[in-house]
Amino acid sequence: MGFDMERFVAMGGLGGGHGQQLGIAYRAHGEDWAELALPYDARLIGDPVSGVIASGPIVAMMDMATSVAVWLKRGAFEAHVTLDLRVDYLRPAVPERTVIGRGECYRLTRSIAFVRGIAHDGDPDDPVAHVAGTFIGMAA
Amino acid sequence: MSAPRTAIGQAMELPPYAEWLGCSIDWVEDAPQLVMPFGEHVMGWPGLLQGGAIAGLLEVAGIAALTHRLAGEGTARIKPVTITTNYLRTGRDQHPTRAVGVILRLGQRTANVEAVAWQEDRDQPIATARLNYRILRG
Repeated sequence: MGFDMERFVAMGGLGGGHGQQLGIAYRAHGEDWAELALPYDARLIGDPVSGVIASGPIVAMMDMATSVAVWLKRGAFEAHVTLDLRVDYLRPAVPERTVIGRGECYRLTRSIAFVRGIAHDGDPDDPVAHVAGTFIGMAA
Repeated sequence: MSAPRTAIGQAMELPPYAEWLGCSIDWVEDAPQLVMPFGEHVMGWPGLLQGGAIAGLLEVAGIAALTHRLAGEGTARIKPVTITTNYLRTGRDQHPTRAVGVILRLGQRTANVEAVAWQEDRDQPIATARLNYRILRG
């Protein structure tokens, strides 16, 4: 019995109130990855001159996408906390475009999950951000 | 609470995202300290702060510190390049979260900032971030 992605989304598992109010939505998943979407919203602008959204909402989405990737790879939900998360901003997201976040768990030990991912606004080969991070399981 | 002011007394305008988070500024020893009350919109697991909201607050604290320092320079723009957030403790719903950005270096082209977020006790931070920026001077 693996991790039931559809049921998890239906239960509102994507980041609680924060994810909901950012409008973060489920897109797709595989054995060790998950893809979420963050719609453009003028209230999330971080640079009023350019209209580019702040990095915080992208961090929130990538934290969720990589978290779900861990549970998919583990095949079960297990509470964990973020140890660290690095985000490299490769270029600004284009205003008005939905940002897609794809998170992957590339290594899982008994207590630590190593994750990475990208965020893009239409073309996965031209990402807006690259992330790398670790989670530690609460049961460990 | 007084209206946000920069070093030279101009109103400091926080970006829309900072307002969305519910951030306001407390001036402590002439430096901007960000205050973010708890609410549904920053909650992850029930009663706990979401990690992304904490990272967002640290980002706003970094921008506020640089905006304050650069206030006399007119048209400088601040672009984040890398942000690394370390999560030290759980953020809970009983207290607002505070954050400040400490500028480690402000050069011609880059700025290096360390931001710290805490709830009850500044000596018990819930998260820190290293923020590296590109500075574009007009």
